[in-house]
Amino acid sequence: MKTRRQFHKLAAATAASLVAPAILGNRVFAQDKPIRIGASVSLTGPLASTKNGLIGYELWRDDVNAAGGLLGRKVELVTYDDQSSAANVPAIYSKLVDVDACDVLFSPYGANLSAPVMPFIKQRDLFMVGMFGLAGNDVAKHDKFFHSGPWGPNSGRDWARGFFDLAKAQGVKKIAIINADLEFSKNAAKGGAEVAKEYGMEIVFNQSYPPNTSDFSAMIRNINAGDPDAIFIASYPADSTAIIRGVKEIGISDKVKLFGGAMIGPQYGALLSSLGPELNGLVNSHTFVPEPTMQTPAIKGFFDRYTPIAVKQGVDPLGYYIPPFYYVAGQIAAAAITGSKSVDPKKMAAFLHANAVDTIAGKIAFNEIGDWKERRVLMVQLRGIKGNDLEQFRSPGRQVILDPPSLKTGDLAAPYNKARAS
Amino acid sequence: MFSIDILLNAIVTGILLGSVYASLALGLAITFGILHIPNIAHPTLVVAGAFFVYTLAQWGLDPIVAAVIGLVPFYVLGLALYLFYSRVFERRGGANVLQSLTLFFGLSLVVEILLVLSFGSELKSVNVSYIGSSLKFGALTVPYRLLIPALLGPVMIAAVWLYLSRTNSGTAIRAVAHEERALSIAGLDPAAVKRHAFGIATATAVVAGAALIMIGPVEPFGGRFQIGRVFAIVVLAGMGSIPGNLVIAIVIGVAEALVASYLNPSWSPGVAFAILLLGLAFRPQGLFGAAR
Repeated sequence: MKTRRQFHKLAAATAASLVAPAILGNRVFAQDKPIRIGASVSLTGPLASTKNGLIGYELWRDDVNAAGGLLGRKVELVTYDDQSSAANVPAIYSKLVDVDACDVLFSPYGANLSAPVMPFIKQRDLFMVGMFGLAGNDVAKHDKFFHSGPWGPNSGRDWARGFFDLAKAQGVKKIAIINADLEFSKNAAKGGAEVAKEYGMEIVFNQSYPPNTSDFSAMIRNINAGDPDAIFIASYPADSTAIIRGVKEIGISDKVKLFGGAMIGPQYGALLSSLGPELNGLVNSHTFVPEPTMQTPAIKGFFDRYTPIAVKQGVDPLGYYIPPFYYVAGQIAAAAITGSKSVDPKKMAAFLHANAVDTIAGKIAFNEIGDWKERRVLMVQLRGIKGNDLEQFRSPGRQVILDPPSLKTGDLAAPYNKARAS
Repeated sequence: MFSIDILLNAIVTGILLGSVYASLALGLAITFGILHIPNIAHPTLVVAGAFFVYTLAQWGLDPIVAAVIGLVPFYVLGLALYLFYSRVFERRGGANVLQSLTLFFGLSLVVEILLVLSFGSELKSVNVSYIGSSLKFGALTVPYRLLIPALLGPVMIAAVWLYLSRTNSGTAIRAVAHEERALSIAGLDPAAVKRHAFGIATATAVVAGAALIMIGPVEPFGGRFQIGRVFAIVVLAGMGSIPGNLVIAIVIGVAEALVASYLNPSWSPGVAFAILLLGLAFRPQGLFGAAR
C-alpha cells in the first residue's frame, strides 16, 4: 500500500509539474495578448463608399494603444472585406469568432449586411456593436448588441420622425412618399407613412422604384398631380441625384413646403460637390454637421486627423456621416471593457446597460436592445450653397439643423421652391 | 390618374431612355450578336468609358468631345482584349460559351477593381451647362440631361450600320460570323476581322459611357445593373441586327416609362424580360433577326 500511495503521490506531482506551467503560461499569455476587435468592412462592391469608416476604427485603435491599450492589453483590429455582399457575412463572422478568436465584434455596415449575422451572435451570445443597421436588433432583441448610430428607439418607425415633426409644424396636410426598393429605404418609407398617418396627414402618393432608376420625370409628374404639401423621399445616392435634377427639370408645385427626408447621398462629399447649389432648400437627415451646437474639441480633433488620411486614400474628405460613428463604436467597446474590467460579453453588456458612455458624438445611453435612448438623427436644411466647392460645407450655416430642438441652429426656410432659389 | 400630358411625356421619356439603352447595347450587338462572343464585360467597359469621360471633363472638356477623343484608345483596348481572348481560347479551339462567359465575367471584375483603385468608390458625375434645364413644347418637358445623350444613340447606330453595310471591311465583319472559312479562302484573316470588330464594339463603350454619365452619376460597379437589359435588347432584336437594336431598345424604354407612369416603377425592371419572353415566343430568332 505504501508503495502504491507513494506511486500516486509521484504520479500527481509529475502531472502537476507537467500541467501547471501550461496553465500558468496560458494565463500569462492571455493577459499579454492583444484584445482583438473583429469586423467586416465593405472595401469593394456597391457599398464601398462606406469604407471610410475604417479610418474611424483605425484612429480609435491608434488612440487607445497610444494611451496604453485596454486593461493593459493592446488592441488589434481584424477586418475582412465583405465585398458589400450579405452572402459573405456569415463566413466572415464565423472566422472572426472561431479562428481569429476576436473578443469584440463590430457589425457590417447597414441593415442589409448585418441581418445575416444577428442569429449567429444571438445563438453564440456574443458582444457586438452595430454599425448603422436601422432597427438592426429589433427582431433578434439580443441583449449584448449596441448601436453606434444615433437612430434611437423604435428606429424602424421613428428615425425620420423629425421630418414629420417639421411638416406638422408647417401645417402639412397632404404628403407624398417615394422610396427605393431597398431595405433601408423601404423601412424609412414604411415608418414615415405610419408617422404621417399618426399626425393625420393624407398620403396622396406612395410609390417605390427599383434601384438605379435614372429618370424620375414620370414620378415627379405623378407627384405633382397629387398636389402634396410635402414630399418624403427615401433614396440612395445615384437616385438622389436623379431626383434632385428631375425636380429642377420638371418643376414642382409652390405648395411643397418640405422636400427630402431620408435621401442617402447629400451627406457625402462627392454628391455635395457635384450637385452644389441644386441642393439648396433640401431638408434631409444626417448624423453630424459642423454647426456650432455640434462642434466640440473632441469631434474637431477627430476630423483634423481624418481629413488628411481621407484625402490620401481618395475617400470622402468630409466624412461627416459615417467615420465619426465608427470611432464611436470603438469608444463604446472601450467603455464596456474598461468599465466591466473584462472582455466577458455578459459583464460588458451589463455595464453598458447600466452606464452612459462619453464619446466624440456626445453622451450615449442605451435601452434594453442597444438603441440609443434618445434619437439624435438630424434634420438639416441645405442653404446658401454657391458653386461646387466642397470646402464651403465645412462652414456653419450650409447645413442648418432644424431638428432635434436641442441641437437646432435655424428655422425652416419654406416653401421648397423659394428656399431652392435662394 | 390618366392625362394626355402624362402619357405624352411618358412616351417621349421612354423614347429617350430607349435610345440610351441602344447605345449601351450596341457594343454587345456587335460582339455577341455578330461575333457570338458573350462579352458580359461590355456594360463594365461602358462604365470605364464613363470614367474616361469624367477624367477629361475635369479638364473642362464637354463629355461628347471627351467621348470622341476616347474612341481611339477604347478601340485599341478592344483590339488588345480580343487578342487576349483569341490567344486564350480561340487558337486552342476551346472557345465555348461557358469559358467565354467566365473570362468576361473575370474581366469585368478586374475592370471594376481597377476603377475603384484609380477613382475610388464614390459616385462621379459631370457638370455641363445643359444638365438641369429642359426643352419645353407646350405640355411636353424634355430634359437636356436625357435629350443630348439620347441623340448619341441613333447617330452612333447609324454610323456603325452604314459602316457594316456599305464598306468592304464592314461586310467582312458580317461575313466572319457566318462563314469564317470562306473568309480565309477569300484571302482575309478572320482573326484580324474579328479583332477589328471587337475594337469597334469597345469603342462604342466610351460613347455609351458619355451618355451614362450625362444622365446621372456613375460608380465602378454600375455596369452590373445594365447586363440583363442590354442582353435582352440584343437577343430580342435578333442576333446581329443593328437597326433592330435601336427599335427594340426604344420599345423597352417606352414600355418601362409607361409602366412607371401608370402602374408601378418597381415593375419596370421586369418589363425588358417580359417583352423578351413574349417576343421570343413568337419569333425565336428575334424580331429583326434572320431565320437560320
